[in-house]
Amino acid sequence: MTDAPMNGQPGEVRRGLSRTDTMETVRKGLRRRYAAERRFKWYGRIAIAIALGFLVVLVGSILFRGASVITQTHILLSVELPMDAFSVDGEVTDESLQRADFGGIVKQALRDRFPDVSKRRDRRTLYQLISTGATYELRDHVVADPSLIGQTIDIWLTASDDIDMLDKGYIDRNVDSTGRRVSDQQIAWYDALIADGRLERHFNTTFFTSGDSREPEQAGIWGAALGSFYTLMVTLLLAFPLGVTTAVYLEEFAPKNKWTDLIEVNINNLAAVPSIIFGLLGLAVFLNVIGLPRSAPLAGGVVLALMTLPTIIIAGRAALKAVPPSIREAALGVGASRLQTVTHHVLPLAMPGMLTGSIIGMAQALGETAPLLMIGMVAFIVDLPGGPLDPATVLPVQVYIWADSPERAFVERTSAGIIVLLLFLVVMNLSAVMLRKRFERRW
Amino acid sequence: MVMADTLPDEKTPRTAIVADGVNVHYGTKQALFDVDLDIKQHQVTALIGPSGCGKSTFLRCINRMNDVIDGCSVEGRILLDGDDIYDRSVDVVQLRARIGMVFQKPNPFPKSIFDNVAYGPRIHGIAEKKADLEEIVHDSLVRAGLWGEVSDRLNEPGTGLSGGQQQRLCIARAIAVRPDVILMDEPCSALDPIATARIEELIDDLRENYTIVIVTHSMQQAARVSQRTAFFHLGNLVEFGSTDAIFTAPKDPRTESYITGRIG
Repeated sequence: MTDAPMNGQPGEVRRGLSRTDTMETVRKGLRRRYAAERRFKWYGRIAIAIALGFLVVLVGSILFRGASVITQTHILLSVELPMDAFSVDGEVTDESLQRADFGGIVKQALRDRFPDVSKRRDRRTLYQLISTGATYELRDHVVADPSLIGQTIDIWLTASDDIDMLDKGYIDRNVDSTGRRVSDQQIAWYDALIADGRLERHFNTTFFTSGDSREPEQAGIWGAALGSFYTLMVTLLLAFPLGVTTAVYLEEFAPKNKWTDLIEVNINNLAAVPSIIFGLLGLAVFLNVIGLPRSAPLAGGVVLALMTLPTIIIAGRAALKAVPPSIREAALGVGASRLQTVTHHVLPLAMPGMLTGSIIGMAQALGETAPLLMIGMVAFIVDLPGGPLDPATVLPVQVYIWADSPERAFVERTSAGIIVLLLFLVVMNLSAVMLRKRFERRW
Repeated sequence: MVMADTLPDEKTPRTAIVADGVNVHYGTKQALFDVDLDIKQHQVTALIGPSGCGKSTFLRCINRMNDVIDGCSVEGRILLDGDDIYDRSVDVVQLRARIGMVFQKPNPFPKSIFDNVAYGPRIHGIAEKKADLEEIVHDSLVRAGLWGEVSDRLNEPGTGLSGGQQQRLCIARAIAVRPDVILMDEPCSALDPIATARIEELIDDLRENYTIVIVTHSMQQAARVSQRTAFFHLGNLVEFGSTDAIFTAPKDPRTESYITGRIG
């Protein structure tokens, strides 16, 4: 910095700023610089607030709609179990029990409760108070304890979805009866049951223990959850070891030449391929050529593993790159072979990063429906899958199917399905975080 | 080039390493030009020179650390006790067990102090029994002058030590494999003067049992610790001789310029 001449001639060209001038300029600039910084901080805060707001609205509305699925309306019926309905020639056998007309018995119980219903059409409306699944509930109850036969028992049976919706307040009584799902007569019966204390809401075990159904009150999320679990297991078991080995080979062993460059470019491109393409590949190769079972988590898992591989490989390579070269030199310097260097030192240090990458890939796979469409996992499947070879569907597909169903009771099930999907994700992420902590604590 | 055989005050020690016409290329760029050098047993040989002169490259040729660098090719011969280390029959893992290395930045493994020192003996299967391993770790730490400071916390992470202690831990790790030669690549450049002084003393003690080659940027350090010094410039070995001779009566004008601080 040049000091301005103190005794300079008037009109002399100043060659530089004086010290005070410089400080003044800096001071003015400072105010501007700090203002910019403050503004930037506020932009950031506003952005976060907006994002959080959206999240709260989203999760809040899902929770609000889905929470009511926790309970399900049940009706207490006095069911008469006459001996002759269950026995053949006066003897109750397993076979005779299976053949018994439990549906008729439930209907009879309803008629007994409301004896003044006589017209055929009215009776049919009466039967609609109870879920069609009530027949099986009664059967299971009697099969479990045949000594009940011959008595009259009080049993809580699942109400139909319309009564459930009415009880949860989703159906407006004030609307004209042609515009709502329950008739005036049904409302009257419902009120009578309430007055008797014969209509209550119980914990909805069905939703958490069974597979899909066309009847909302019998539909459950457990089948899809199992399907997702098996599918992701297959994906993890395939994609993680393959991805990690590929990343290690490409990063630590492969020579850097045109071929490895080509492979790298292709892996990066694969990560951007629309997921339905992987589904087409799965259909063409895994189902048609190799002959994996259709709709099975095994086939779905393999397809999703292919989709997840690029993510795991890219994250794995980044994690390996982040390990300081000095660690490799240290190991090589004491005479470790390259494989020992990698397995003893580099891989443990890169593992947390690799796990993060894998969990991102798995989360992506968990939410995927498009590739599963092609291999038949976007399907209506009632039975719970017993293993990765049984037909199954997955959580996002289940949500999609329910969202597409017209019954009002599926609305809360759709939201509840989303909640279960999110919980699944949270559990997965938590376990990954815990695994990562364990790896990190070893040092 | 001055032949080192004319050293006045040394009782003609045995030659441990001979470099014979070593040329190194990184891709198309040549890093070393025809380097001939002989390194005597139980002496400290210092390699000095300005940045990028090839001294570290030469050091890394001695235990073939350059093998891992893509596009690096080494021509010429380097003989360790008469055998060419670049011969096909030589196993690089075995070679590195004979020629230990200490790096510029202390790089202990992110493991316990014990495991750091025990790693080499473990992978080479030197110590079968636990007691043997403990003895090796103990001896190595004693020789590296670190035992007194860490004996009560062998299970704590090596990365928790101070910089100077970490570097001595790295020396202990190198010693534990029982090498003949220890290569040191600017081992004190990341350390404060006190830690540097300790390492220099240690180098002097180690000379009794090991042949040491040290790359250093500090001419004072070269003068303090080494018996013989080699001056590299732009990939050429300019001058090589006893440290006293190099620092008091350099023959080449480039050497003189460097040690008087005009180049580099």
